[in-house]
Amino acid sequence: MDTNDSLRVASLWHSMHAISQQLSPTTGCSEIELLEANTFDLHCFQSLTGSKFFVVCKLGTQHMEALLKVVYELYTDYVLKNPFYEMKMPIRCEVFDINLTQTVQKDRVALLGR
Amino acid sequence: MPPAAPRSGDAIFASVERVNAELFTLTYGAIVRQLLTDLEEVEEVNKQLDQMGYNIGIRLIDEFLAKSNVSRCVDFKETAEMIAKVGFKMFLGVTASVMNWDADGTCCSIVLEDNPLVDFVELPDTCQGLYYCNILSGVIRGALEMVAMKTEVTWIRDMLRGDDAYELQVKLLKQVPEEYPYKDDE
Repeated sequence: MDTNDSLRVASLWHSMHAISQQLSPTTGCSEIELLEANTFDLHCFQSLTGSKFFVVCKLGTQHMEALLKVVYELYTDYVLKNPFYEMKMPIRCEVFDINLTQTVQKDRVALLGR
Repeated sequence: MPPAAPRSGDAIFASVERVNAELFTLTYGAIVRQLLTDLEEVEEVNKQLDQMGYNIGIRLIDEFLAKSNVSRCVDFKETAEMIAKVGFKMFLGVTASVMNWDADGTCCSIVLEDNPLVDFVELPDTCQGLYYCNILSGVIRGALEMVAMKTEVTWIRDMLRGDDAYELQVKLLKQVPEEYPYKDDE
């Protein structure tokens, strides 16, 4: 997926997330945490500042909430502390990408045992 | 999986990498001196320090939320306690206390017993209007704005100006929850 596609998906998700708050039959709905589709799961984490982190994974993958929390910490360290990163712009921080890939790899090894 | 419990300021402070406190104090001092040289007017420097603090605050809030695992504060009183007990401890290593609440619970004072920014500092006569630690008021204002609160933060007491403590007044102006323009009548 290139940058434009990512932006498109992200903005779609942002809108759906917002609409879900109004669709909810009960009050106090603040976010969509999990979307279960036929062939994939989508886990979403929303910080108290309104930033949303979501991951698309195979059906039934465990511990994605923990992964999202780790990604949030990586974001606060490698993206927000980069003085040249402009808020709300696409993230082009190499160190963030490297650490993110390492985290996902570690997670994959831990989950699948290989 | 049950959500992780919120961490105390001490625990987080102990777990992060730290820098030499004197380096921090010297760096901040150099910033203030340079601003005074560049801008010359004390009021301008105050404004600039506040703006710098604001830019720090809007980023710092996410780190605070990520590391401390706090859940949404129920009211402004809890928010103020969080800033004083967890926030100041986590980032500056100092304990602060909250006092002087007004009747509606929208205005309080945060009192700092200790302030690493001002070690070794004495204000000369030419800088009497300067709020040396004004960056802190900007940080709090910026951080709270990112969690939907518009506030006004001002200095009530400043030891560099002869008072006996550092006291910040934090006043909640209004809550601004994120608006989504999905109403039918728009």
